[in-house]
Amino acid sequence: MQTSVEDPRVLEFDVRTDEMLVNMGPQHPSTHGVLRLVLRTDGEVVSEVTPHIGYLHRCAEKIGENLAVRQWIPYTDRMDYLAAMNMNLGWSLAVEKLHGYAPPERGRHLRVIIAELGRIASHLVGMGAYGLDLGSFSPFLYAFREREKILDLFEQACGARLTYSYLTPGGATADLPAGWTTRCLKMLDEFEPILPEYHTLLTSNAIFVKRTCKVGVLTADRAISYGVSGPVLRGSGVDFDLRRDGEPCYTQMYAGYDFQVIVERAGSYPATTGAPPPPPEAVLGDSWHRFYVRMLEVVQSISLVRQAIALYEAEEGLDHGQPFKLGAKLPVGETYLETEAPRGQMGFYLVSLGQPNPWRARARSSSFCNLSVIGEIGRGCLIADIPAIVGSLDIVMGEIDR
Amino acid sequence: MQHDPAISEQLRERFPEAVVSASPGPIDPWIEIAPERLAEVAAWLKNDPAQDYDYLNGLCVIDYFTADKKLAEAVGAARLVVVYHLSNLSRKRQLTLKVTLPRWANAASETPPTLPSLAALWATAEWHECEAYDLSGVEFTNHPHLRRILCPEDWVGHPLRKDYQMPLEYHGIRGR
Amino acid sequence: MAVTLNRALDALTGWLVGSIGDDAACGYALAAILQAGMLLNLVAISGLVFIWLERKIAGRIQDRLGPTRTGGRFGWLQTIADGLKLLCKEDLMPGKADWLLFRLAPYIGLAASLSAFLALPFSGMPHPFVAQRLDVAVFFVLAVLGLEVFSVILAGYSSASKWSLFGAMREAAQVVSYEVPLGLCAVTPVMLAGSMDLVTIGDAQQGGFWNWYLLHSPFAFITFGVYFTCATASVNRAPFDLAEAESELVGGFHTEYSGLRWSLFFLAEYGSMMLVSLLAAILFLGGWHGVLPLGLGSGGWLEALLGTGIGGYLGALLGLVLLLTKGLLLVIFMMWARWSLPRLRIDQVMTTCLKYCTPIAAVCFLGATLWQASLPNGLLLRPYNAELLRAQAAGPVATPPADVLIVDTAGGRP
Repeated sequence: MQTSVEDPRVLEFDVRTDEMLVNMGPQHPSTHGVLRLVLRTDGEVVSEVTPHIGYLHRCAEKIGENLAVRQWIPYTDRMDYLAAMNMNLGWSLAVEKLHGYAPPERGRHLRVIIAELGRIASHLVGMGAYGLDLGSFSPFLYAFREREKILDLFEQACGARLTYSYLTPGGATADLPAGWTTRCLKMLDEFEPILPEYHTLLTSNAIFVKRTCKVGVLTADRAISYGVSGPVLRGSGVDFDLRRDGEPCYTQMYAGYDFQVIVERAGSYPATTGAPPPPPEAVLGDSWHRFYVRMLEVVQSISLVRQAIALYEAEEGLDHGQPFKLGAKLPVGETYLETEAPRGQMGFYLVSLGQPNPWRARARSSSFCNLSVIGEIGRGCLIADIPAIVGSLDIVMGEIDR
Repeated sequence: MQHDPAISEQLRERFPEAVVSASPGPIDPWIEIAPERLAEVAAWLKNDPAQDYDYLNGLCVIDYFTADKKLAEAVGAARLVVVYHLSNLSRKRQLTLKVTLPRWANAASETPPTLPSLAALWATAEWHECEAYDLSGVEFTNHPHLRRILCPEDWVGHPLRKDYQMPLEYHGIRGR
Repeated sequence: MAVTLNRALDALTGWLVGSIGDDAACGYALAAILQAGMLLNLVAISGLVFIWLERKIAGRIQDRLGPTRTGGRFGWLQTIADGLKLLCKEDLMPGKADWLLFRLAPYIGLAASLSAFLALPFSGMPHPFVAQRLDVAVFFVLAVLGLEVFSVILAGYSSASKWSLFGAMREAAQVVSYEVPLGLCAVTPVMLAGSMDLVTIGDAQQGGFWNWYLLHSPFAFITFGVYFTCATASVNRAPFDLAEAESELVGGFHTEYSGLRWSLFFLAEYGSMMLVSLLAAILFLGGWHGVLPLGLGSGGWLEALLGTGIGGYLGALLGLVLLLTKGLLLVIFMMWARWSLPRLRIDQVMTTCLKYCTPIAAVCFLGATLWQASLPNGLLLRPYNAELLRAQAAGPVATPPADVLIVDTAGGRP
C-alpha cells in the first residue's frame, strides 16, 4: 500500500511511510529449514504474511507409487525427520489396515515404546528450537543433551540415529536388544527430574511469558477450520487426540494404557507434577499454550513408555511381529489412516490395485495444515513475533514439502 | 473415529441426484458425489447441525490411467478421482467423499478439469486444493488464490499424473 | 606524564638542543601516544579475554566444555585463532552498499568505544591512572559512549539490506531512549560525591564496602540495578540485543559484514561492555577501593612502609587490579544473563525503558537526594568519606605531584 498525499499520516506528520516487502527465508535462522515467508511490513508491524513452500519438494508420493510399500518406509523417515519413528508407524499401520492385520501383543507394546520415545525426542527439539527462536540459547543445548540419550536408545534398537526405518508393515525390523528396557527406564529416571529446569528457563520465565502470551492467538473455530492438529489444535482448547479418538486399528495400539489427552478443560490442564500453572496473561490458543501442551505431553509420554515397558516385559511370547514380505502383492482396496504424530495427525492414504506397489500413496501432512494458519495469525503482529509464532507451530519442512 | 453407517442413506434422501454410488467398504466406506452437486453437498455436510463435519482432513487426487494393457482391466476407465476425507471432531465421525472427473476437460488442449473450491467451507481446502492443482492438475473454481504451491510457478505438467514425463531440463538443471 | 617525559627528554637531549621546557609539545605527543597505546591494548586484550571467557562461560552454562584445543587445556588461544581466521576472510561488501559509510561504520564504533576510556580512571588519588582527567568525566564517558549508535545506524543504513535497516532503526530507538535513564542513574553518585570527576567519585567511597554508594541508601541500591539494566541495554547485550537479534533479523545491523570489519563491531561491543561495567564499579562499587579498609591506599601502612613513591604506586596498582576485578565480575554477570534469558521484543524493550526504568531512576534520584540531605553521613558510618569531603570543602586545591605516571592535565579538582 503506497501512501498518498491525502493520507492522514502524511498530513499530520509530514512523513510518507511506505510498506516494505521483506523476505524471511528460505535462508533465515529461525524459519526451521527452508520456509520462505514474505512479510509486508510497516516499520516493525507485519501487515501480511505470505508463506512460500516447496523448497524441499521431491514428490515423495510419486516415488511411493513406484515402490513396494515396505520400500517406501525410508521415504517416510525423511518426511518428518525429527520424528521418523512416528512416520514409519503411520505408514505401517495404514498398510496393515489394508491387510486387516494386527501385530502380536509384544509388537504392539514395542510400538508404543518407540512411538512415545519418538514423541519425546521430537518435542524436545520443538522446545529447544523455540527457545532459540526467542533468543535463549541454553535450553536448546539442554534439550539436545536429553534427545541424544533417546537417539542412543534408538541406535541400539535399529542402528540409525535419525532415519530409522525401524517400524515396518508387519511389526518391526528387529526386537529390542537385551537390556534395552533397563537402559530406557534409567534414561527416563534421569530425564524426568530435569523437566522442571526447562519450565524455569522457559515456561515460567518472565520474558518468555511476555514474548509468547497473546501472541498468535488461534481460536478453536479457526483451528478446526484450518485442519490444524496435534499440540497446535489442543493448544487452542480442542479436546481431540487420535490416540484416544482415532480409528480402532490405531486406538487398539493404546488399549489398556492409562493416559489423558493434554488439553485445557474448564480452565485447567491435567495435573502434571513439576509443571507451573498457566500465567494469567496467557489466553487459550496463543503460542504459550501450544508450547505448554508439548511440555505436558512429554511428561505423559514418559508415563506411557513406562507402562509400555512393563507390558512389553510381561508379554510371554517373543514374537514382535514379522515384517511383510517385500515384494508381496497388496490386497485390492483402499484405506486411509491417520495417526497422532508429534506434530499432529499424520494421514496416509493407500490405494491398491493388487500390485506390490500402491497405485496411489498419499501423505497428509500435519505441518502442512499447521503452517497454513500463519497467514491468518501472523497478521498485525511485530516482526519479532513471527519466529515466536512459527516456532510455536513447530513445523518440519521435510513433512510440509514431502 | 468411525464411519457413520447411515450417512449414505441420508445423502441419497436429501440429494437423490447427487449420490452417484456408495461403497460400504470392506475397509473404508465412501460415497461418490456428482461433481456439479459437490458444493451443495459439502455445504450441507458442514453446516447441517445433524452432520456437522467441521474438519477437513485433506483432499487428494487419484489418477486412473495406464498405458499397460495388463493393468488396463484393474484400472478401468481413464479418470481422475478427487477424494475428500472429512471428520466430525466432537462426534468422532469420519466420511470419505469421492468425485470422479475426466482426466482433461479438453484433451486436445490439455485443459484441466474443474471442480468448485471448498475453501470457503474449510480453510484446510485452500492449500490442499493448491496442492491438488499443482501435482494432479485439477482446477478449482472460486479458489481465493490457486497457484502451484510445491512446484515452482513456471513448472510444466502435473507430476502425480500417471503419464507425466519428467522434464529433461529445468532452467539449465538436468532433470533426468 | 607529559611533564615527566619532557624532563626526561631534557635530560637525554638537552645538551644537544638546549632545554625544551616542561610544556613542550613533543612530551605531550609522546605521552598521548603512550596512553593511547596502553588503552588500546587494554581494550584489545580484554576483548580477547572476554570472547574466550564468554565461550567458556556459555559452554559451562550449557553443560559442555567450550574451547579446549587451541592453546592448551583451556583453549585460551581460541580467540587469537578466530581473529586469524577473520583476518583471512574475504572482505565482502554488497554491490548496492554505500561503500564509504559501509567501510567507515565499524571504525566509528570502535573509536567511540575506545575514546570513552580516555576519561576513565583506574586508580584514585594521589596517583590517578587516567589518560585525561576531566572535571566532567561522567558526562564525557556517557556522551562518547552514546556516539557508538552512529556506527550501528551507518552500518545498517549503508548495507543496502532490509534486515540491516531494521537492526539500525531498532538500535537507534533503543539506545536513544536508554541514554535517559542511564544518565539519570549516573547522576545519583555524582550528586552524592558533589563532583562529576570520576576520581573524586571513586575516592569518596573509600574505606570499606559500607561506604560504597551502592549501600548509601535503598534508593541508591535500586539505582544501581536500574543503571546496570540500562547499561546492558545501551551496549546491546542480551536480553536487549535486538539490533542483532539473529533469530529475527538474521544478523541485524552486521548482517552484511564479514571478516575483520565484522570483528571490529565485536571488539567495540566488548569494549563498551567493559566500559559500562568499570563505570558501574566506579560509580557504585567503590571503584579501586577494597571491600575492607586494609590501608593499601593513600595514607595507609603500605605508603608508610615503602614511602609515598613506591608504596603509593603499589597501592594504585592494587587499586587498578581491584577495579578490573569488579568490572570483570559485572561483565561475567552480563554473560550469565545472555546465556540464560530469552530476548525481549522491541515494544517491550521500549516499555521497560520508558515506563519502568526512567520513572524509577527519577524517583530514586529524588529519594537519594532527600536521604543525603536528611542523613548526610548515611545510616552507616562514613568516616573517611566525611573527612575527605570536609577537607575538600575547606582546604586549598591540591596540586597533584608532578611525577605521577599519568597526570591529570586538567589539574585541580572541582
